[in-house]
Amino acid sequence: MPLKQQLIAIAVAAGLLAFIIEAVRRRKLREEYAWLWLLVGAVIGLLSLWQDLLGTITRFLGIQLPVNTVFFFGIAFIVFINLHFTIKISRLTDQVKRLTQELALLDERVGRETRDGDGET
Amino acid sequence: MAERKQDRNRVLVVIPAYNEEKTLGHLTREIARVYPRLDILVVDDGSNVPPPLPDGIAVVRHPFNLGDGAARQTGFLYALRRGYEFVIHLDADRQHTPREIPVFLDALEGTGADLVVGSRFIGSCTYRVPAARRLGMMIFGLTCSVFTGKRITDPTNGFRGMNRKTLRLYTRGFYPQHFPDADVIISSHYGGLRIVEVPVTVGPTRSVNLHRGWKILYYIYKMFLSTFVAILGRREKPAKEPGGAP
Repeated sequence: MPLKQQLIAIAVAAGLLAFIIEAVRRRKLREEYAWLWLLVGAVIGLLSLWQDLLGTITRFLGIQLPVNTVFFFGIAFIVFINLHFTIKISRLTDQVKRLTQELALLDERVGRETRDGDGET
Repeated sequence: MAERKQDRNRVLVVIPAYNEEKTLGHLTREIARVYPRLDILVVDDGSNVPPPLPDGIAVVRHPFNLGDGAARQTGFLYALRRGYEFVIHLDADRQHTPREIPVFLDALEGTGADLVVGSRFIGSCTYRVPAARRLGMMIFGLTCSVFTGKRITDPTNGFRGMNRKTLRLYTRGFYPQHFPDADVIISSHYGGLRIVEVPVTVGPTRSVNLHRGWKILYYIYKMFLSTFVAILGRREKPAKEPGGAP
């Protein structure tokens, strides 16, 4: 990797890590989701600093070009994170459903008790 | 069939409804007229216009549409917390005949069943079910029969009765938000419920909400997947009653 590309990769990794940590600090990103992006930043940083690593992994997996190794893991990561999000969304949907049901039941109860109270006075 | 005195404050008729204002008034009036001792709860699942209803009918209104399963489940929560012993639920589109409610109560009390499912195929069906739908019902009915060891002929029927044991199981969260049909019957069996099928009359649906266009494909996909997952044996055990409200 030419020095210029290496510097860009290091800058991207550092920028990503800084952005994530700042987002967590400002409470815009929860810690439970931040770890995935911290991992991405760390991997980009590691690969740009330790250049032989990518070549070693590429040879180990029998892939012809290192760029394909990057694409492979990049796509695998996107699939994984989407799966992770749909699981989270499913859970949120269940929670919203239950909250809505509880709200509706409470609303009925308040209405009924208000009517009963009015009837007594 | 005669109404029984002891049903007051014991039996709740749950009617989930989504934009069924044309039929709901008539249906609730009919139930109240024939069985004045039965309490009726309409769960309005976020209809565009709140349906006009006669006095004396409890209404729980979802602020937005959640799905037919969720609407029934809200009714189950209501019944459980207010101490009802039995719940009978039927569809709002007047497909079901309110005069058949005692059939469910007799089965619940007489046979000790936890879940009573109405069937148009051992009862009567006053309209012609399209061949494709009939085939679907047969496949899901057969699947249910194989895995529950009981003859289940009409797993899509929305006319059902249940006791508190079933209500507890259905309010723990596993009750599907949409289309609670064959998968519920299989999960109920694995949850240790005694299931009985009774003959009912089913008329043509006046509802346009379901079984049209892409929804039918989604329904088939969903039912196969959730039935398969139910078969994998996620055994549900009746839990304690959800607390919170009396």
